[in-house]
Amino acid sequence: MTDAMRAETIRMTGHGGDEIEGYLAQPIGDGRPAAAGVVVIHHMPGYDEETKEITRRFAANGYFALCPNLYSREAPGASPDDAAAVARAAGGVPDERLVGDVGGAMDLMKALPGANGKIGVIGYCSGGRQAFLSAARLPLDAAVDCYGAFVLSDPPEGLPVAAKSLRPLVMDVGCPMLGLFGADDKFPTPEEVAELEKLLTEHGKTFEFHSYDGAGHAFFSVDRPSYRAEAAMDGWEKIWDFFGRYLAS
Amino acid sequence: MCTYRTELVPVRGSGKGASGWFRVTDASVYLDHPIHAPAGHTLNIDVRNPSLGPAARVALELDAPSARALAEAILAVVDTAPTALLEELTS
Repeated sequence: MTDAMRAETIRMTGHGGDEIEGYLAQPIGDGRPAAAGVVVIHHMPGYDEETKEITRRFAANGYFALCPNLYSREAPGASPDDAAAVARAAGGVPDERLVGDVGGAMDLMKALPGANGKIGVIGYCSGGRQAFLSAARLPLDAAVDCYGAFVLSDPPEGLPVAAKSLRPLVMDVGCPMLGLFGADDKFPTPEEVAELEKLLTEHGKTFEFHSYDGAGHAFFSVDRPSYRAEAAMDGWEKIWDFFGRYLAS
Repeated sequence: MCTYRTELVPVRGSGKGASGWFRVTDASVYLDHPIHAPAGHTLNIDVRNPSLGPAARVALELDAPSARALAEAILAVVDTAPTALLEELTS
C-alpha cells in the first residue's frame, strides 16, 4: 500500500453556509482501501503547526482528516497566533457555530472520492469539550475527547460567549466515545472524569476512558513541557484501535 | 486548560508590533496555553488595534510571578508620578 498523501489548505463550507478555511490531509494513490474521515478540532491557541501535524498523522494512517480553522471568520488570512488573539478577545467560538463547522467538515469528507462514509472527531483541550458537543449534536461514528474541560461544569463567570456545561447533552451522545485524560490534570479533575464516566454509564453509552498517571493536561502537545511521551504514545495506540473499530467500512 | 476567561481593557497609546509602531486601542488579559513561552500555561497580554487587523498586536506570555511583578511595577510608577506629569499622561 502506498503511503503517499496530499495535505493542503482548502476552502470549505462551515456553519450558516459560511466559507471558511480548513486544512485537509488525505491519503492518495491507486488501489488504496476506502477511507474514513476524522475531523480534527484545534485547541484554543489556534489552528497551529502542531495541529496540522496531527491532521497529517491521520492521513499517514489511512484516514481523510480535516481541521477547520475555527477562527476563519474573525481573522481571515491572519497568522494562527494573531487569529487566536482576536478570537480570544471575542470570547472564543460559540457552540452553535462549532457544531456547524464540524458538520461542514463531516459533509465534505463524506463526499470525497474513496470515502467509506464513516466520520470520527477528535479534539484537544477546549477541542475535547467541542468533540463531546459534536458527538451529542451530529451524526458521527466515533468521538475522541482529549482532556476536555468544562464538559460538566460551566466555565467561570464573565464570559462573553455562552459556553455552558454540556451536562444536559450527555443523554444525546450518539456515537462511541474514547476519553483520554491525565491523572494529574486539574481541568478536568479525575473526579470530573469519574462523574462523566458515571453519567455515560447511566445513559447506556458506549465509551472507554483512560487516565494516565504522571500526566497532566495537554500531554499530547509535543511542543510543550506538558508532553508526556509514554502517555501520548499509548494514547495514539488507543486512538488507532478505537477509530479502527468504529470507522472501518 | 483554557480558562475561557478574558479581561478586556480599552487602552490608549502606542505599541511596537511586527511591522513597527501603531496606535493601540484594546488589551486582552487571560490565562491560557502560550504560543511560544516554555510553559504549560502563562498569563497572556495582547495589546491590539483591531481596526488595523489581527497582526496589529503586541503580545506577552508571562509566568505568574513576572505578571504580578510587572503589574505592581506599573502601579508603582504610575502611583508615584508627580501629579502634574500624571495629568499630562491622562490628558
